[in-house]
Amino acid sequence: MHELSIAASIVDAVTESAAAYPGARVKEVRLRLGSLASVVEDSLQFCWGITVEGTPLEGARLVVKILPVIVHCASCRQDGELASLQSFRCPHCGEPCSDLRQGRELEIEAIEIDEIDEVEEAV
Amino acid sequence: MTTRIVELRRGILKKNDELAAGLRSRFVDAGVLVLNLVSSPGTGKTAFLEFTLRELRVRGAKVAALVGDLETDNDARRLAASGAPVRQINTHGICHLDAEMIDKHLTGWEGFALAGLDYLFIENVGNLVCPSSYDLGEKIRVALLSVTEGEDKPLKYPTLFNSADAAVITKMDIAEPCGFDRELALKNINEIRPGIRIFETSAKTGAGMEQWLGYLAEARAGRGA
Repeated sequence: MHELSIAASIVDAVTESAAAYPGARVKEVRLRLGSLASVVEDSLQFCWGITVEGTPLEGARLVVKILPVIVHCASCRQDGELASLQSFRCPHCGEPCSDLRQGRELEIEAIEIDEIDEVEEAV
Repeated sequence: MTTRIVELRRGILKKNDELAAGLRSRFVDAGVLVLNLVSSPGTGKTAFLEFTLRELRVRGAKVAALVGDLETDNDARRLAASGAPVRQINTHGICHLDAEMIDKHLTGWEGFALAGLDYLFIENVGNLVCPSSYDLGEKIRVALLSVTEGEDKPLKYPTLFNSADAAVITKMDIAEPCGFDRELALKNINEIRPGIRIFETSAKTGAGMEQWLGYLAEARAGRGA
């Protein structure tokens, strides 16, 4: 249940990055989460709603992309998507695999913002 | 009004990761081997650590421990009986330790210095989910599992076991009455983290502890982990 801490970290990070665009409103926050990141999306969405309340990010959507685990096989030298999180084996040759190439991401990919146009500002 | 997409590509836990990287280089500079012990509540982390601290001290090593719990300093008092410097971290509801807590408790630790220390153990809050995301600057992450918990624990919590550098099975002295299937447990750990070092231990009888202490000495010399 650390989704609340994760949500708070996202708010801090986005607020910091959005400061480069004064007056802009953040409409959407896009995340890339690995399947091994231990984050439950439903729980994160729930915590997000609570965390952004009363902040400049209130109303911003959280869009989550879940990434599968990709392993690199030392035996057959191929990358492949893990079929199950209960067995770290190469999907091609079945050998045990411990070299992870993807799956632990906890990343803010992008934000969508509404910027105030200079003309509007002048009016 | 203009809508635009701003690429950020930044880690959500970037602040923690940066702090942890700073801690890691401090630990390396001080020549101290740091281990992060993670398990469910009740696995026996504290008993395992009591034995480890006591034995390492007998062998002349300089050891210390930070211990995380939501509330109480019971574990710190138990561990301090070994004679090693121990500091309790109370998270007051937070389910994991993070790098900032480690930094704060090391900095504010009166009379304590990293320099001259051989081993620093960090006993995490009992939880098999959340601690896996938070780097504490450790060299070795140890996942512990007791014989009473069920052999499929690694399959249920793959993130944690997959991120571990070593695995310890505790309470081996009661494996038989618990109907513990040793082969199955070893197989399951290996399915999640192929090739990981596994120690089968009992802090009560001392079984398996010699191998564990040998591993620590190797890791400290830079050969093990």
